[in-house]
Formats: sequence, C-alpha cells, structure tokens
Amino acid sequence: MIQHLTFLPVLLPMLAGVILLISPFGENKTNRRITSAVLSAVTFLASLALLLKVQAEGTQVYAVGDWSAPFGIVLVADPLSTLLVCLTTFLGLVCVLYSSAGDDEKGSFFHPLVHFLILGVNGAFLTGDAFNLFVFFEVLLIASYSLLMHGGDKKNTRAALHYVILNLVGSAIFLIALGILYGVLGTLNMADMAQKVALLQGDDVYLAKIGGLLLLVVFALKGALLPLHLWLPNTYATAMPVVAALFAIMTKVGVYSMMRVYTLIFGDEAGELSHMAQSWLWWLALATIAMGAMGVLASKDLRKLTANLVIVSVGTLVALVAVQTIEASSAAIYYLVHSTLVTAALFILADLIGRQRGNVADRIIAGPPVAQPRLLGACFLIAAVAVIGMPPLSGFIGKVWLLKATLNAEYTVVFWPLYLLASLAILVGVSKAGSTVFWHHQSQEIESAVQERVHPVQLVALIFLLSGGPLMSIFAGPLSEYAIGAATQLHDFNHNINVILSGGQ
Amino acid sequence: MELLYASCVGLLVSCGVFLILRARTFPVVLGLTMFSYAVNLFLFSSGRLSLNKAAVLGYSSEYADPLPQALVLTAIVIGFAMTAFVVILAIRGKTDLGSDHVDGKLPNQSNDKNTKVEV
Repeated sequence: MIQHLTFLPVLLPMLAGVILLISPFGENKTNRRITSAVLSAVTFLASLALLLKVQAEGTQVYAVGDWSAPFGIVLVADPLSTLLVCLTTFLGLVCVLYSSAGDDEKGSFFHPLVHFLILGVNGAFLTGDAFNLFVFFEVLLIASYSLLMHGGDKKNTRAALHYVILNLVGSAIFLIALGILYGVLGTLNMADMAQKVALLQGDDVYLAKIGGLLLLVVFALKGALLPLHLWLPNTYATAMPVVAALFAIMTKVGVYSMMRVYTLIFGDEAGELSHMAQSWLWWLALATIAMGAMGVLASKDLRKLTANLVIVSVGTLVALVAVQTIEASSAAIYYLVHSTLVTAALFILADLIGRQRGNVADRIIAGPPVAQPRLLGACFLIAAVAVIGMPPLSGFIGKVWLLKATLNAEYTVVFWPLYLLASLAILVGVSKAGSTVFWHHQSQEIESAVQERVHPVQLVALIFLLSGGPLMSIFAGPLSEYAIGAATQLHDFNHNINVILSGGQ
Repeated sequence: MELLYASCVGLLVSCGVFLILRARTFPVVLGLTMFSYAVNLFLFSSGRLSLNKAAVLGYSSEYADPLPQALVLTAIVIGFAMTAFVVILAIRGKTDLGSDHVDGKLPNQSNDKNTKVEV
C-alpha cells in the first residue's frame, strides 16, 4: 500500500467518482453529501501523507504498471507537485462542503464531477509524461465542461459554448505539438525529452522549437494568458460560484505546466533551445497583468471582479516563471498557493453576499443591506486585505517576495512600476466594491425570505479558505523554506533526470 | 507518399480552421471534427511513414514505431467524446439562445426579445 501512495491522489478521486454513482452511496442527497465529503477528506489526507513522505524521503517516482521510464508512464511526486496536489484536494474538500448547503442539488451529478475534476488536476500535477499530461488535461476539461453547465442559465450556455470550443481547439494544438516533439525527440517522458533536446542538430532544432512554442499556446490558453484570456471572465462569472472557486486551481495547471516544460525541458541545459519561451512569457505576462488590472477597475459585479483578479494572479505567476531563477520560482510557488486560496474565498463570498441582496445580487451598486453585515463584512475585509497584498496577511509576503525576486531580472524597470500600479488598481477596485456593497444602501424594501442567511456548512468552508491568509503569514518561515526547497529541486536538472529515469532509487 | 499525406493533413487543417471561423455552431462542430482528423493523421505520421514493416518486435528485421498508433487511438477516443459533448452543447445553445451563432446573436443584429443576452 505504502509504495502506491504516489498514485493515491489520482486513484482515490476516481474511485470516489464511481462510488458516488452507485447505490447506496449515491441514492439520496444526504448519503451523497456525506460520502462525498468523507471521500474528499480521505483524498486530502492521502495527499498530506504523500507530502510528508516526499519531505522525509525525497522525490517519489511511481512507474504505472511497473513499466520503467522512459518506456512507461511515470508519476513524479516532487515537493512542488505534491504541494499543489494537497492544495487541489483541500480546495476540493472545501467546495464539496460548501456545495452541501444546497448548490449540489441544482443539477445532476455534482459530486462525482467534482471528484473527476480533482482526478484530472492531480494527475496533471503528478505526471512525468507529456502525452499523459494531455490525457489528464482532457479528464479535467470534460469534468469542467459539465460543472460549468451545472445549474446554469442562458448566459451560462453561451460562456460554456465558447469555453468548450476554445479548449477543443487547444487540445488539437496540444496534440500537434506533442506529435512534432515526439517526431524529433522520439520520446514523451519529460525527463528523457529534456536530455534529448540538448542533442538536437540541424533542422530538428527548429522543429522542436515549433513544438515547444505550440505548447506555449496551449498552456497560455489554459492559464488565461493574454491574448488568450478572453474566455476567462465570462466563464468564471457565469459558472456557479462554488464551481468558480474550484476552477481557481485550473488556471494554475497551465502555469504549472509552463514551469515544468520551460524549466525542465527547455531550461538551462537545452543547448540552442534553452530559455526559448522566456521573452514571450515575460511580455505576455506583463500585458496580462495590465489587462487584468483594468478589468478589475471596470468590473460591474463581484464575481467578474474576482475573475479579473485571477487574470492578474496568472500574469504575476507567469512573469515569475519567465525570470527562471530559484528565487523567482520559490516566490511563484508561495504566491500560487496564496492566490488560489484567496480567489476561491472571494468567489464564495461573492455568492454569499449576492444571496442576501435580493435582485441586486452581487452587482457593485447601491442596494439593500446584507442581512449579516458584520460576518460578511469581516470575511470580505480579510479576503480583500489578502488579495490586495497589504500587511499582515499572506498577500503582502508574497508581493514583497516576488518584488525582491524580480529585482535583478532584466526588465525590472518595467515590471516594478507596472506591478505596483496594478496593485494600486486592485486596491481601488476592491475597496470601491467593498464600500459600495456594504455601506451604500438604497432604501429598498426586501423581504427576509429572499435573503438566505449563511448556512453553517458554508461558513465552515469559507473560514477554511480564509484561514489561508493569516496562517500563510504566521507560518511564512516553514512555508518559504518549503517553497525554496521545491524551487531548488525544480531547477536541479541533473537531479531530476537521474531520479526520474532511474525510477526513484 | 509523404507529399500526398502532408497535403491531406494541410487541407483538412485549413478546412477545419475555415469552418471553425464561420462562428455558427454546426460548421464549428464540423470544423472541429476535420481539425481532429488532421491531428490524428499528423500524430500517426510522427512515427515516420513506412510500408511493409511489422508492428510487433521480432517478426521482421524492421519494425514500425508502435507508440504513435497508441497515441492516435487515445486521441481518437478523446476527440470522439469531446465532439459528442459539443454537439449536445450546440443543440442546447440553439434552444437557449434562439440562434445557432456562437455568440447567441448575429454580430449586426440588434438585441431583440429572443436573443437578449447581457454581456
């Protein structure tokens, strides 16, 4: 059992998805909710166990079906991927809890789909094989298509149609890129690819470059990098907020894949192709930050505001990936965890606030006062302070760290002013939204029946997410050590290659 | 053979892209299908085109690369599932939005009652 621990974060959600479809666990909504919550808690615990094991024994490599790399598919649990798996399963647990207050019954098969989504995301984080990455992308995408439609209306159908078509085109491009890379490298194992890229000669170099840059298109689409970010605000703002909170991890899958591909395969050791995507990533990231910040200022409702905050966080992360130093990567890892938790919390808060304001919902205009101003106001304050990046919460630490990490980068002169201006825009946008929603009331009678008070389960889920802000700054010491360790290993080319290709011995 | 094969892939891709850009759901679905055919052919060719080579080791002195065939199989299965999904979604879009345009209304059409969708 213990040697299969690496596989459990993929296996358990799959089993959970199947179990939830059969009787008696999926029979009625109480059974479904309890089973789903228990199983997602088990998955989370298994990921934590994996995290402890990786910390104690170093990177775990699991050869699926005992076919050793580079011939078989391997799952690689290194500190970075394990941390993200833990984050995903935690987010899954929180969303299952939150939806148990009633959202899961607005459509069918909510719980199995959530588990299948977690299966895909965990698999994408853990896999060490490029084609397997594609397969897990498809698993998470088809689950996300269905979740996006969950309890949806007309606006939702249109956003879903755009999202599905864009991602199908993205998948096709992904396959073309993999075909080119396999054609020139003769392997799909990422560690093996990294070794072979350096040996390419002649025309093959250019072919590999085309393949690698096509991959960039795909990851930019998944990660919502400019100019392929246009689908995100509408998709996230029309999805059910709890689903949007879960989707907060999905853009990070794109960023994570960029980290892997452009640090390991096309990194320092890639000969002629080393750092080939860096200049692209850098400028696109800056443009994404600018566009996201403008979106934050222009947003008309809280959910769209949060969606634009997701775009800003993606831009920031990609800028850090483009710098490609250990320090930048460790800042990126810390910021990734922080931004995922805080955007998820904001989506959920937008939902709770919207439910208490009748027809005005979560639009940022004067409306009826919320029923529980103290509770929601306090939660919003915590989330806002974290997302803006003011002391003392995690956003501040992340921001200082990433500014420090980019200090010696090539274009700091551009990045710092742009990023700080974007932060200012976020500060203005979020505080305007908060003050309008909580303090500007219109004397408009609203029946208390329309106002749903916060369900205890929802509150627990929200507190789980919000506690990330304070906890990540209280435990900033150990967390940053972990992030630096993970980043060091991400950049340690020889170690990665040796560990993966020797099967973890 | 290479020229014929490459032209087929190229033609399918260009038809696919053209149809996807038509921005009405039925052509888009057809375009996606063509695009995925082209992709499957392309993937298949990544193991190099060859004639009369055994797919199984030991049966011939020369053998064909079996991996692209496995990749194509996976890609076909996934592409098929995705196409089925997008067809259903297109039908639902037609009913919900009252138009088969992917934006729910024609670009030059003013908002009338059936297609009024707030951005």
